[in-house]
Amino acid sequence: MSDPATIAALESPGAAASAPLLEISGLSVMLEVNGTKRPVLRDVSLTVRPGEAVGLVGESGSGKTMTARAIDRLLPRGAEVQGSIRFGGSEVGALSGAGLRQYRNQVAMIFQDPRAHTNPVRRIGDFMTEALRTNLAVPAAEARRRAVDMLTQVGIDDGERRLRQYPHQMSGGMLQRIMIAAALLTKPRLLLADEPTTALDVTTQAEVMAILDDLRRGFGLAMLFITHDLELAAAICDRTAVMYAGQVVEVRTSALLHSDPLHPYTAALAAARPDITQTAHRLRAIPGRPLSAFEAPPGECAFAPRCPHAKDVCRTAVPGLVNLDGGMSRCARAHELRSHLGDAPHD
Amino acid sequence: MTETNGAQVLRAAGLRKEFGELVAVDDVSFEIPPGQSLAIVGESGSGKTTIARMIVGLERPTHGTITVCGHDRSRPARSTRDRRRRGREVQIVFQDPYTSLDPRQSAEDTIDEVLRLHHGWPADRRRARTAELVDLVGLDTRQSRALPRSLSGGQRQRVAIARALAAEPAVLILDESVAALDVSIQAQVLNLLADIRDETHVSYVLISHDLAVVRQLTDEAIVLHRGKMVERGRTARVLDHPQHPYTQRLRASVPRPGWKPSRRDQPGGGEGNSVP
Repeated sequence: MSDPATIAALESPGAAASAPLLEISGLSVMLEVNGTKRPVLRDVSLTVRPGEAVGLVGESGSGKTMTARAIDRLLPRGAEVQGSIRFGGSEVGALSGAGLRQYRNQVAMIFQDPRAHTNPVRRIGDFMTEALRTNLAVPAAEARRRAVDMLTQVGIDDGERRLRQYPHQMSGGMLQRIMIAAALLTKPRLLLADEPTTALDVTTQAEVMAILDDLRRGFGLAMLFITHDLELAAAICDRTAVMYAGQVVEVRTSALLHSDPLHPYTAALAAARPDITQTAHRLRAIPGRPLSAFEAPPGECAFAPRCPHAKDVCRTAVPGLVNLDGGMSRCARAHELRSHLGDAPHD
Repeated sequence: MTETNGAQVLRAAGLRKEFGELVAVDDVSFEIPPGQSLAIVGESGSGKTTIARMIVGLERPTHGTITVCGHDRSRPARSTRDRRRRGREVQIVFQDPYTSLDPRQSAEDTIDEVLRLHHGWPADRRRARTAELVDLVGLDTRQSRALPRSLSGGQRQRVAIARALAAEPAVLILDESVAALDVSIQAQVLNLLADIRDETHVSYVLISHDLAVVRQLTDEAIVLHRGKMVERGRTARVLDHPQHPYTQRLRASVPRPGWKPSRRDQPGGGEGNSVP
C-alpha cells in the first residue's frame, strides 16, 4: 500500500497544499455472521480534503455504508478492524470518552430514512438541540435560538413552531431538511451523508440537494456523499470513489467519471443505466449480480467474473489500487484499457 | 392472448377516486392501443398507484369507467368466472419483490398454481409451460425450485413477472417494478421486459417516477400531479419538450452531468412541504 498522503498529492496536484481532513488507508473490516467471520471491507483507502465533496458510489453490499459506519465508529459489536482512519491527523480508532464525543461533534451524519433516525415521541426541538446542550454545554434558550436560525437556512421559516412539533407532523422532505439543520448545528468539519435523498421524490431530492450543496459550501464543510446513483454523485461531488465487493475500485474527478472512467465496472455501471434522452433497443446490462465482499473469489479481481474485458491476468491476483491519469484504478488491465472505456452509445 | 373487442386494449374514462375528503384521482382519462405501452408518471401522492389498484380491481372508482378488452371492470366481479376472466386480462407486478411472493412457494409452484387456476391444463402441459416461463424470465432450474428467501431481489422480481405472465394477460401493470433493483440488475430486467413485449405483444402500464426507465419501456406517457393529469403525449415528446410547468420541473430535477440543483425556497422564503 502506498502512502495515502502521496496518493492524495498525486491525484490532484492543485490541492496538494491542503493536508487531508479524513484519511482512510488499508481499512479492512470483518464481521461475525452466524459464527463465521466475513469480510465487509477489504483494503479501503480514501481521502477527503477540507471543504471537499467526495462521492462514494456502489450497488447493494458494496460496503459504502460500512465505510461510513467505520468512520463514525458505529460498526456492529465484535467487528474486527484493520488499517487506519485518521481525522485531522489523529487516529480515530484510538479515541474514547470525551475524545470520541468531541470527534463526533466534528463528524455529522445524515441517513437515508430520517424517520428511522428520529425519536417519534420526542419533539423536533429536543432532537435538534440535544448535542448542543449535552456535548457543548450551550444553554437551552441559546440552543433553541441557534436551531431556529439553522432551520431558516434550510428554508424552514416558522422555526419556533417546528421545534414544538413531532416527526410525524413533517413530510419526508421537511424532516430530511431538519436532519441537515441538526447535523450542521454542532459546526462539524465533515458531513457523512448516507443516501440522504434516496427515499425522496425527484423534485424534493433536487431541493434537498440544493440546500445541502449551498450550506456545505457556505460553511466550508467537507462531505462524504454515499449513493447508488452515479449521476447524482457526479453532479454533486468534486471526486467520486466507486466501490465493488468491499473495495474501492476507482477514484476519479467527478466531471470525468462518465466520459473517461478508469475501471471497467464504472464504465459498465454508467452504460447499464437507461438514458433519459434516448430509447435504447437494448441496455448494456452487466451479466450476473453484484457480489458482496465475502462472496468475492479469493486471489483474483472481484469484478472479473462479470467483466467484459477480463483476461487470464485478472484471475491470477487481486489488483491493487494504483494512480492513473489523475485518478486511481484497481484493475490489472487499467493501462491497456485506457481510452477503451468511455461513453459508448447503446445498441 | 385475450381477445380484444374494441380498438383499445384498455380505456379509462373520467376516473375519480375519493378517500373520504381526499380526492386521490381526479378526472383522469387515457387509452392504450393494442401492443402499446403507457407510462403513468408522478411523485408520491400523485395518485398513480391508486390508478393501478383501480385497474386491477383492488379499489373501486368513485366515478368513471375502466374497460379492458371491451369488458367493463369498474364494478366488482359478480362471479368467480367473471373474476378469473379479469385475471386473464390484467396482471400486476409490485415494487417490492420481498413481500409480494408467498414465502412457502417455489417459483415453479407459484406459476403452476396460476396455470391450473386460469387454464385448467393437465399436469404435463403445465409443466412444459412452467419450464418455458422460467426460461423466458431467465431463471435456472435450481432457482425455479428454490423458496423466495434464497433468491436475490432481482431473481424474485423475475418470479413475480413469470407469475403475472402465466395468466397470459393483455395488460401487465408494472408498479415501480424495477425501482428497488440495483442498476446492473435493473438493466437486465428492463431488457427482459422489452423481450417479453416483443414476443407476447402484451401492453405495459408502467407506474414510475424514474423518467429514464419510462423512456426505455413506453410509447405514451401521462403525468399526474396531485391526482390530476397535467400532461399526456408520446413519451419522447413529453420528456424532450415538456409543456406543463410541473413536467418541466420534474424533468429538470433529474441529475445529469453538469446538473446544478437550484433552491426554490431561498432562506426565509417560507415554502414548506409540511403535511397539512
